[in-house]
Amino acid sequence: MAALSHSFVAKDLLAAEPAPAAEHGPIGWARHHLFGSVPQVLLTLFGAWLLYATIPPLVRFFITDAVWTGDSRAACVPASPDQVVGACWPFIAAKFNQLVYGFYPEAERWRVNLAYLLGAVLLVPLLIPALPGKRLNALLFFGAYPVVAFVLLTGGNLDLRHSLLGYLGLSAPFDALGQAFGVRAAFWADYVLSAVVVAAVAALIARMVAGAGAEKGAAKTALTVFAALGLVLLAVDIDFGLPSVETRLWGGLLVTLVIAVTGITVSLPFGILLALGRRSELPLVKISSILFIEFWRGVPLITVLFFATYMLPLFLPGRLTIDGLLRALVGVALFASAYMAEVVRGGLQAIPKGQYEGAMALGLNSGLMMRLVVLPQALKLVIPGIVNTFIGLFKDTTLVLIVSIFDFLGSLRAAFTDPNWATPTTLFTGFGFAGLVYFLFCFGMSRYSMALEKRLDVGRRH
Amino acid sequence: MKPFLFAVAGLLSLAGVAQASTLDDVKARGALNCGVTQGLPGFSNPNDKNEWSGLDVDFCRAVAAAIFNDSSKVKFTPLSAKDRFTALTSGAIDVLSRNTTWTMSRDTTLGFNFAGVMYYDGQGFMVRKSVGVKSAKELASASICVQTGTTHELNVSDYFKANHIALGEVIAFATIDEAVKAYESGRCDVFTSDKSQLAAVRLKLTNPVDHMILPETISKEPLGPLVRHGDDQWFDLVKWTYFALLDAEELGVTGKNVEEMVNSPNPEVKRLLGSDGKYGEALGLTPDWVVRIIKAVGNYGEIYDRNVGPETPLGIERGLNNLWNNGGIQYGMPVR
Repeated sequence: MAALSHSFVAKDLLAAEPAPAAEHGPIGWARHHLFGSVPQVLLTLFGAWLLYATIPPLVRFFITDAVWTGDSRAACVPASPDQVVGACWPFIAAKFNQLVYGFYPEAERWRVNLAYLLGAVLLVPLLIPALPGKRLNALLFFGAYPVVAFVLLTGGNLDLRHSLLGYLGLSAPFDALGQAFGVRAAFWADYVLSAVVVAAVAALIARMVAGAGAEKGAAKTALTVFAALGLVLLAVDIDFGLPSVETRLWGGLLVTLVIAVTGITVSLPFGILLALGRRSELPLVKISSILFIEFWRGVPLITVLFFATYMLPLFLPGRLTIDGLLRALVGVALFASAYMAEVVRGGLQAIPKGQYEGAMALGLNSGLMMRLVVLPQALKLVIPGIVNTFIGLFKDTTLVLIVSIFDFLGSLRAAFTDPNWATPTTLFTGFGFAGLVYFLFCFGMSRYSMALEKRLDVGRRH
Repeated sequence: MKPFLFAVAGLLSLAGVAQASTLDDVKARGALNCGVTQGLPGFSNPNDKNEWSGLDVDFCRAVAAAIFNDSSKVKFTPLSAKDRFTALTSGAIDVLSRNTTWTMSRDTTLGFNFAGVMYYDGQGFMVRKSVGVKSAKELASASICVQTGTTHELNVSDYFKANHIALGEVIAFATIDEAVKAYESGRCDVFTSDKSQLAAVRLKLTNPVDHMILPETISKEPLGPLVRHGDDQWFDLVKWTYFALLDAEELGVTGKNVEEMVNSPNPEVKRLLGSDGKYGEALGLTPDWVVRIIKAVGNYGEIYDRNVGPETPLGIERGLNNLWNNGGIQYGMPVR
């Protein structure tokens, strides 16, 4: 077998050659992704032309040709007909406070800043999954923060003077007690009395319906509700010495954020309840949920705002009027809830029947089944839809302008009317800036939702 | 649960205005509620200091100065054209100073009283200077850009017919911005709107100096503050605030010299400024009410010059808004 000893067997594998230049690196990437086929080449060229046609003019307008300093329109008006003047940034600088605070009095703006800061301090840890203490954090953000923000922004010190005792002519002895901390004794005496009466009635009903032994729980529940509500009322009743700032002075980003945050935080829980209600087997709950959702989805938000602002006062008794911003807030919240309900219902429908049956087989009652099995899966599925609704809502807040509430865009439009800043480019500068601000908020929400999806592994489930 | 309901009611602010006396209500509230536009250059617009400023705004400040000796005690409510009258009727505002044209139907059936004319406006024409036109009479066969849904279209055709000028093409646009863009791009030779509006629009054109507003005024748009029917004392107060502004200008009382003018020997000045007689008390104010007004906002001429006059970016000549003895029709009734 000598022949074998002469045969050649490679002992080493050949070193891998680098792929041809046309297949890797920037050239390869371009060949595959930009110039792979004729339509692709055409699209690439079209895209390049589009970028060329839009980016350089934008850069020229907003940066190179832009005016950066100045204190009146003179700085932004071309000195000679040949001079090209771009964006008028001093306009934004001059109107910045107005865009952020509206007509909020200058001396009180620290309150807005503090409210912003508190909101951020409470919200950021809530959004970072790794941080502990979510329950407390959520309680602070959703429970305490709205009350604190309300007191900070409005000044609190609501005049809670009406009381049942007053109607019975019994308030005199309490009035003599006067006002401690800006609080009326008569109201609070009445409040405590009402709490006791309601608790007693609740206990009585519970005893009649559920038999002896149930009354203790019912009374406790009633008292807890009264205590929680009492804390809130006390917070808004006490005179902290903050000058009152009416909501009509609010404006700019402040109003946009107040409406958006309220709408977002109210719409999610309400939307979930409505979605569950719509799938409920109790006819009354089901029908009222359907009616609510279909009504609010069926009317445009502009109509809702108009109705709340101009029609509602006609139905209210006498000269009682609800604060304009509050009306818009309620309108936006109800509107957003209806949309949210349908998003959540979409998620509920995607949960297989087996999940329900499995939960029931484990002996969970319907409340626990929803809370532990169905909702966590359903909500996870519809995160993109939920965030979509949030983003839509954030941008819809601009509609309050038609009911004379100056949100961010409204303040900007009002700023346009200042003759000291009326220039050919003011409008474009302002809208460019507004676009950037709205984009930052919406893009932020969008990125957060994507990060959340990734963490919850939504994509890989199916 | 009744306290709870009342607590909710407490969250709703009570805008209760007793009908008895607007002046008493204003005094009790500590501020005048004044309705203005949502932004109209020179008339009511937010300025850099984040305050409302403008001709209409200064009138409300004058009323506040007369009542409180403090022109900052005004709460401005920006109102759209649609809800301005509802706001006044419902008592949400005490005076509407919102670029509102004095018409018969508003004065009668809507139930308002106009206190005077702060600004005589009217429809005019803007053309390019390069066209070389000096008068509206020379606009035969010119194409005209106009905002649709306004009386401007009708006024133009009426004016051309009445003056036997051939009317060219009238191009109507849904919004004022579109009409201006079309004018600027050269689609029409003329842009027509109210003159105050023309002045504001001109500022936003690429080269404002290339455009001019023709001298003719073809419609009557008397703009003034108004109050609701039913409180003559309040109506008098607002009306005489307007007259006082005019009288002060006529008598040479300005924001700068008002302190010295109090000692003026001129009997008319003495009556106006309260050093002779107690005319202010008839309005429910103090005799020196005009001194307070002029110190706070100046006389009519000063207000005009500060907000819309030739020295401002708007640069509108006084024209009809000059005093009666100066070629205009602004005429303050005498104090005596």
